[in-house]
Amino acid sequence: MTVRLPPLGALLVTVAMAAGPAAADDPIRLGDINSYTGLPAFTLPYRNGWQLAVEEINATGGVLGRPLEVISRDDGARPGDAVTAASELVSRERVVLLFGTLLSNVGLAVSDFARQRKVPFLAAEPLTDALVWEEGNRYTFRLRPGTYVQAAMLAREAAKLPAKRWATIAPNYEYGKSAVEAFRSLLSAARPDVAWVAEQWPAQFKIDAGPTVQALARAEPEAIYNVTFGADLAKFVREGKLRRLFEGRPVVSLLGGEPEWIDPLKAEAPEGWLVTGYPWYALETPAHVAFREAYTKRFDDHPFMGSVVGYTSLKAIAAAIAKAGSTETEAILAAFRGLAIESPFGPITFRAFDQQSTMGTFVGRLTVRDGMPRMVDWKYVDGAAVLPSEQETERLRREK
Amino acid sequence: MSFILAQFLTGLASASSLFLVASGLSVIFGVTRIVNFAHGSLSMLGTYLAVTLVPLFGVGSVLGFWGGVLAAALCVGVFGGLLEVAILRRLYGSFELFPLLATFGVVLVVQDATLALWGPTDILGPLAPGLDGTSEVFGLAIPQYDLVLIALGPLVLGFMLLLLRRTRWGVLVRAATEDREMLGALGVNQKLLFTSVFVVGAFLAGLGGAVQIPREPANLLMDLNIIAEAFVVVVVGGLGSLTGAYLAAVLIGEIQAFGIVLFPEITLVIVFLVMAVVLAVRPWGLLGRPEPVADSTLPAGAVVLRPMGKVGRLAVAAAVATLAALAWLAGPYYQQVASEILVFALFAASLQFVTGVGGIITFGHAAYFGLGAYGAALMVRHAGLPMEFALLAAPAAGGIGALLFGWFSVRLGGAYLAMLTLAFAQILWSAASQWYAVTGGDNGILGVWPSPWASDPATFFLVVLVVCVAGLAGLRWTAHTPFGYALRAGRDSPRRSAAIGIDVGTRRWAGFALGGVFAGLAGGLYAFLKGSVFPGVLAIPTSVDGLVMVLLGGIQSLTGPWIGAAVFVGLKTLLASATDYWRIILGTVIILAVTGFPQGIAGTLADWTRREGR
Repeated sequence: MTVRLPPLGALLVTVAMAAGPAAADDPIRLGDINSYTGLPAFTLPYRNGWQLAVEEINATGGVLGRPLEVISRDDGARPGDAVTAASELVSRERVVLLFGTLLSNVGLAVSDFARQRKVPFLAAEPLTDALVWEEGNRYTFRLRPGTYVQAAMLAREAAKLPAKRWATIAPNYEYGKSAVEAFRSLLSAARPDVAWVAEQWPAQFKIDAGPTVQALARAEPEAIYNVTFGADLAKFVREGKLRRLFEGRPVVSLLGGEPEWIDPLKAEAPEGWLVTGYPWYALETPAHVAFREAYTKRFDDHPFMGSVVGYTSLKAIAAAIAKAGSTETEAILAAFRGLAIESPFGPITFRAFDQQSTMGTFVGRLTVRDGMPRMVDWKYVDGAAVLPSEQETERLRREK
Repeated sequence: MSFILAQFLTGLASASSLFLVASGLSVIFGVTRIVNFAHGSLSMLGTYLAVTLVPLFGVGSVLGFWGGVLAAALCVGVFGGLLEVAILRRLYGSFELFPLLATFGVVLVVQDATLALWGPTDILGPLAPGLDGTSEVFGLAIPQYDLVLIALGPLVLGFMLLLLRRTRWGVLVRAATEDREMLGALGVNQKLLFTSVFVVGAFLAGLGGAVQIPREPANLLMDLNIIAEAFVVVVVGGLGSLTGAYLAAVLIGEIQAFGIVLFPEITLVIVFLVMAVVLAVRPWGLLGRPEPVADSTLPAGAVVLRPMGKVGRLAVAAAVATLAALAWLAGPYYQQVASEILVFALFAASLQFVTGVGGIITFGHAAYFGLGAYGAALMVRHAGLPMEFALLAAPAAGGIGALLFGWFSVRLGGAYLAMLTLAFAQILWSAASQWYAVTGGDNGILGVWPSPWASDPATFFLVVLVVCVAGLAGLRWTAHTPFGYALRAGRDSPRRSAAIGIDVGTRRWAGFALGGVFAGLAGGLYAFLKGSVFPGVLAIPTSVDGLVMVLLGGIQSLTGPWIGAAVFVGLKTLLASATDYWRIILGTVIILAVTGFPQGIAGTLADWTRREGR
């Protein structure tokens, strides 16, 4: 039975170490969770982004006179693992807040954990609006524009098209469901003459592209709304081109212009698609140029959408802690509400009533230049211009 | 009408790709009796190698494309051969689960190695030159590459059948399938034969992956996506039957093609449902041959279970008291890790009861763990019950599920039993993933937190401790009741047990259901520990985790699962927070454990003490 003693002894020693009090010049510990092994295409640029921000902040003296330290965990794209990691970060690493997550279901799981354990959580990337509206809670903030905002931007443009028969294709989980629902209701409101003739719900990353494309073509839609991404998007585009699904049919595609998802297609990127995305190569505002140069210098690569999100997340957190003047939960929550910062895309504010930031995104058309997908005719749409009003938000929150 | 034909042809093209991968799996199983979990990884390697090699051989030239594809497949073949020589050769004739676990270890290693070698971004391969357009077939525009694939499936099938029927190698392979020992006695070099079979099987997997490059970007999720489908094809077709595998591939390909039109939201469920129906009607698949229920293949030198002595009891009491002290001494983090270890220990113990005591090789024990978790979570979310009552639903859900699925499964033996239990777990997993209205799909069920009095991690840990120790005691006690003895008798010698009047089938069924009850209880606790439930609890990795814990601890030992769970969960928690490459380490540990210490930790310890005592 002596076998059991050493692990217990080791355990007690570690416990004693972990329980030590924090000194004044100790780093402020922040807990990051993301799908680094599950969806590296988006999350590795995201990690570069926040690393750059940490380095910039610590080089200028940190926050409240203390350096920032990020403790990062992988959730493997599994919500259960994310909750385990969140619990470890809060209980053992004693982080003052949590941030990160990409997939909508993972974001919702961590948000529920934050509510239960009363920890501030900045959901950096998940797009489902349930995070701030239907399932919103006072501990959860969100940086990126959600499915409603992005769908609304696209629906405005889509309403100008003559097409009346629409088909949709989206992954069969929270993100896809909410993206389709928002687009349908907004486009139907703007254009009561629109009919929805087909819908496809491939399981995430398991699309059987050939039959799916033919099933869509069979309904003879006049336009298509696409929400698939990652490997699903590449398969859908190849099969769709081959089977001439896109010929004479406008396609509206959520996130279709974000380099992490569209770059793998290179010269085969579908031209003419109406997309939301990030034209890092053409955005020449001073804030963005400075960010792009710093990022390129540090990582020898151009920034991706994830990089901007990671960078801005950390800048927002630093600003919130500085404004709060402490690392106490309630002080940070209060500071976040109404917090205004400068992002590479311009000024953004965390709305006090639903804790959603006003960060916007770019809407444009896809084309191919020098063998790479590029957005043209793009414009930046500020989230504040599209987000629902406070009254509308209240109604969504109550509906729960 | 033309739409139906077009959809049919697309289904046939998918069927061919599926068949290429599945045929390799089938050939390997037929000869070596190894269910190669790493087959999907081999296929993924084929895709990655092809997108790398084809550009080297020259994009745009017909020779370059097909040369690159063939070279990729050959590389995978060689890799498969190395795998056989280095790892699997040591496992022939051992307990059926060992090779399965060793190859799962390979899956983990290959995943991380691929990430390290090729990087995280999806890689889109080139189109096949001269085959990148569509052709008119009966007035329909069909992609030319699809037509090539449609032809490739039957071509490979014909070639393999010729190889098996008309060459000396084929004769030897078929002889090895019939009677390995006799073949060895006749002086045939079995080692070389088995290695060559593995090379051929791996080559087919690599080819199946390589020809995908115009249709699918190389990505890191391919391995598990492919292996789940290939399993379905091989099992539905009949293990070891190539023609059966082709028929099954066509069946599955067409079901997917038309399922998308009819039920676009439940495509996953349909595939596994078809598998379950086929196996319930024809347990050996479409063209498989019935296998006699062999006597157990538990590791040699089986240990007879004895009730615990006085020293053992005292030790257990001391261990429980030490654990209880943790509730006051350790911080919330260690209380949570300890709770997780206890929950998985109960899960592993229930699995050990089914496989070790009952001799029922299940590969889908996650089904009952998941049923318990979902049962409890649904009670909280939809019926608004508090934790105390919801926890009662967990063992009930697990038990009822095991009773139902067990009725179909326990009459089978060997790999068929393992695959049928896997199929049931996969049905539940796909239902949980896609039945959005009830289970929330991939969103899972959130807000399943303990009642206020138990929400403090220390208190909840005590709750878990009490329930799990009671569960362990229950399982241990059952193993030593007359029912437990009858179960073990049935495991060791079904024929003799039947001869002395034991109804082996019913005992196995009851044992399986009892395992489900305790797995369900563990699942219920797990839901409250995490505060949420996701389809992942029903997925293949959960079943594998359980098996790894049981085997790490020692399949023969009732204490083993507890040690196995502590080591496995502890190691995983430690690695996941220390490194991004935890899979390669975990995979290596699994491979070493299976090849080096087949007795498990508890078994090896017991061996040592016994030797020292002499």
